[in-house]
Amino acid sequence: MITAPPVVREKKNYLNAEEGIMSWLLTKDHKRIAILYLLAVTAFFIVGGMFAVLIRLELATPAGDLLDSNTYNKVFTMHGVIMVFFFLIPSIPAIIGNFLIPLMIGAKDLAFPRINLLSWYIYMLAGGFGLFVLVTGGVDTGWTFYTPFSSSYSNGYVVMTAMAAFIMGFSSILTGLNFIVTIHRMRAPGLTWFRLPLFVWAHYATSAVMILGTPVIAVTLFLLMLERGLHIGFFDPAYGGDPVLFQHLFWFYSHPAVYIMILPSMGVISEVVSTFSSKKPFGYTFIAFSSVAIAVFGFLVWGHHLFVSSQSAYAGMVFSVLSMVVAIPSAVKIFNWTATMYKGSVRLETPMLYALGFMGLFTIGGLTGLFLASMGMDVHLTDTYFVIAHFHYVMVGGAIMGYMAALHFWWPKITGRMYSQVWSKVSAVLVFVGFNLTFFPQFLLGYLGMPRRYHVYPPEFQVLNVLSSAGASVLGLGYLIPGIYFLASLKYGKKAGANPWGATGLEWQTSSPPPTENFEITPVVTTDAYEYSAQEVIHVGH
Amino acid sequence: MASAHGANQHGANHAAHSENHIVPKRVYFFIFATLIALTWVTALVSRIDLGRWNIFVALAIAILKASLVILFFMHVKYSTRLTKFIVVCGFFWLSLLLFITMADLWTRSWMGVPGR
Amino acid sequence: MDTNVADAPEIANPSALQHHFENAEQQRDASTIGMWSFLLTEIMFFGGLFLAYFAYRQAYPLAFASASLKTDLWLGAANTTVLIGSSLTMALAVHFAAIGKRQLLVLFLILTLILGGVFLGVKAYEYHDKWVHHEIPGPHFECEGCVDAQHTQLFFSLYFGMTGLHASHMIIGAGILLVLIWQAYKGKFTPDWYTPIENFGLYWHFVDIVWIFLFPLLYLIDRSGRGLT
Repeated sequence: MITAPPVVREKKNYLNAEEGIMSWLLTKDHKRIAILYLLAVTAFFIVGGMFAVLIRLELATPAGDLLDSNTYNKVFTMHGVIMVFFFLIPSIPAIIGNFLIPLMIGAKDLAFPRINLLSWYIYMLAGGFGLFVLVTGGVDTGWTFYTPFSSSYSNGYVVMTAMAAFIMGFSSILTGLNFIVTIHRMRAPGLTWFRLPLFVWAHYATSAVMILGTPVIAVTLFLLMLERGLHIGFFDPAYGGDPVLFQHLFWFYSHPAVYIMILPSMGVISEVVSTFSSKKPFGYTFIAFSSVAIAVFGFLVWGHHLFVSSQSAYAGMVFSVLSMVVAIPSAVKIFNWTATMYKGSVRLETPMLYALGFMGLFTIGGLTGLFLASMGMDVHLTDTYFVIAHFHYVMVGGAIMGYMAALHFWWPKITGRMYSQVWSKVSAVLVFVGFNLTFFPQFLLGYLGMPRRYHVYPPEFQVLNVLSSAGASVLGLGYLIPGIYFLASLKYGKKAGANPWGATGLEWQTSSPPPTENFEITPVVTTDAYEYSAQEVIHVGH
Repeated sequence: MASAHGANQHGANHAAHSENHIVPKRVYFFIFATLIALTWVTALVSRIDLGRWNIFVALAIAILKASLVILFFMHVKYSTRLTKFIVVCGFFWLSLLLFITMADLWTRSWMGVPGR
Repeated sequence: MDTNVADAPEIANPSALQHHFENAEQQRDASTIGMWSFLLTEIMFFGGLFLAYFAYRQAYPLAFASASLKTDLWLGAANTTVLIGSSLTMALAVHFAAIGKRQLLVLFLILTLILGGVFLGVKAYEYHDKWVHHEIPGPHFECEGCVDAQHTQLFFSLYFGMTGLHASHMIIGAGILLVLIWQAYKGKFTPDWYTPIENFGLYWHFVDIVWIFLFPLLYLIDRSGRGLT
């Protein structure tokens, strides 16, 4: 039974529906806005990546020979600020989520299309501030902006950088707000909550975190700007201000922020693992609720960043226990994905390679988080390379792998083209190998005592650092090659059908690329999600 | 199965007639009067020495006033369950921010470390 | 006095149902949830400041109590009354929009704006008064006759931070009100569609709620004079 209309050569789709740059810059189509985000986010990823290159080049030798300490401080700060605020947080939600959520729920668009476009312009404005800081000399406080250094002593552009992050927060808030209203109120007839794809559940949880957490970093940066710009002290110890209060306010958002970065990725993995095992996700309900649990519990653990800050040891104990508890829903997902593959018909296409990479690397990253959650261990490991390795395992080995899986999985749907299967698999392997070579040595370095945020280190750490820098070049290559074959696919790629992977889900029931209105007639959903044997039961008009 | 446009089959639509409920003007005036009375009560009570209870009384009155505004001026009493849930979530999350952070500040002195 | 919509100037009510919604009810409901989700972000935004307030009040109770006496209790109470009054007029404006009384809608929106303006005017007076007494944080700060004076600057940082943020929300609200007054006058709102009025009402009430907390926390810390000897 054919489940999708055949692809016709000059069929009108969202890409060719209107022409001209203004039709893109003033679009209200969520799919076009997703493409706008794709371009902007990719540009920032490249900039952030270049800072990473500088870091690894400097750290290839123990001496501070490439960069002096001030410059190095600015380099790692900009790397962090750009990667966290301008890449990781928007990446999957603003690109893949924006594109897919209306399609997945059978809607014509998000609830507030103009607010969606506004969120992109706000992102670009924030990016403008960020770029201004970049070219005028940067900021050296670390992406964490700890006071009183940032408020009283730093010589960098603190206010401008804080402003960039502050503005970026509003972009995030508007995206989350849009998703929440859309998922609540715009599902197609018959699409109950427990028939939703897990990708949608993941984004719902992410959106809740976005709207509840982001305003707190906004007000924190606002207070920082007031203190630094107008000398209205909030954290200055001279007046009795408490720098640890800044840390509480900062991490109240920034810890849930890491769940903003990982939850969408996990949603992607649920889709990819299920499709390439041709099997319904094991324990659908558990996976769905685990996303919500991560979002809620993620707000209760921020004090684990403050273990050595003079935070009360009693509060620390509670945060420590809760930090271990929050690992449980994540583990549930890993177990369920593995069980999904068991006795499934597994195909090792490129998205699946990234998904498998995610499962292994996120597990390592998550487990090492438990070491850090233990207060006693954290006293020794905090501010060492162990922490850096931990969060890169979950953010790069986890979140970015999920992002790459998403790009490779939905590229045919977004562009209507297939990319080179050979080169994509080669890149996936390069990324995996390069990543591990870059970051595994850093666990050892941290354990051995190498501190983070220093441009020099004792000579006995050089071998591990050289391995790490070598790995970074392989990793960089692994990220560069997709840029080439994705671009090439736009012109030379084979045209993709509506459902090249044999996946379930409403987005695969419409053409690739989809028409502007997404569906010719609003679909009616009559079955659960992931019905691989009964794909023809999902109707899309006639 | 013919595809239906009707919102009747829309799994998510509990909106029903909540937004069409017209609150009579006298309710607004009554709530207003109550709010003003409570404002002057809180101002006057602050001049009485209740020791450490002053802040609790002041906050309790403020919470009561806010609740009246939310329920009646903002129509939450007549709104959907989802709206009510969202409002509750907002204040719950605020309380997480406040209470958990204050828990750090309140318990710092428990360790008996000199100078703290 | 009461005019109904049929007598309004002939402005075509823009097609209120946007293409991606199935029906008006879905659109209105989505709008309300969207507005409340936005207010959630505002709760958390102000929340950070409230946290700083509670943290420092707990650490320096004498400084806070003493500094708080520099605010004028009765002016604050009167201003609170004015602001609650503007919430009443706003609620009534929404009421009149829902029943299609255009002229009363416009009148009560204007009253809301006026009362909001009175509130801001009083605040401006209070700020000026602080300026005159060198109570603005910075190099010239002094808290005359205050107990634990070194820590009183935190109180004033919070005073200006919180009331300043509140006032800027009111100023933005006033700007939006001007637009709404004009649109209402032109007959844009009908009982079938008055969503912007409703949503703005929610915003305005929220701003009122923030002040309902700010008043006791900033003005009423210790008016009994007990703790400062």
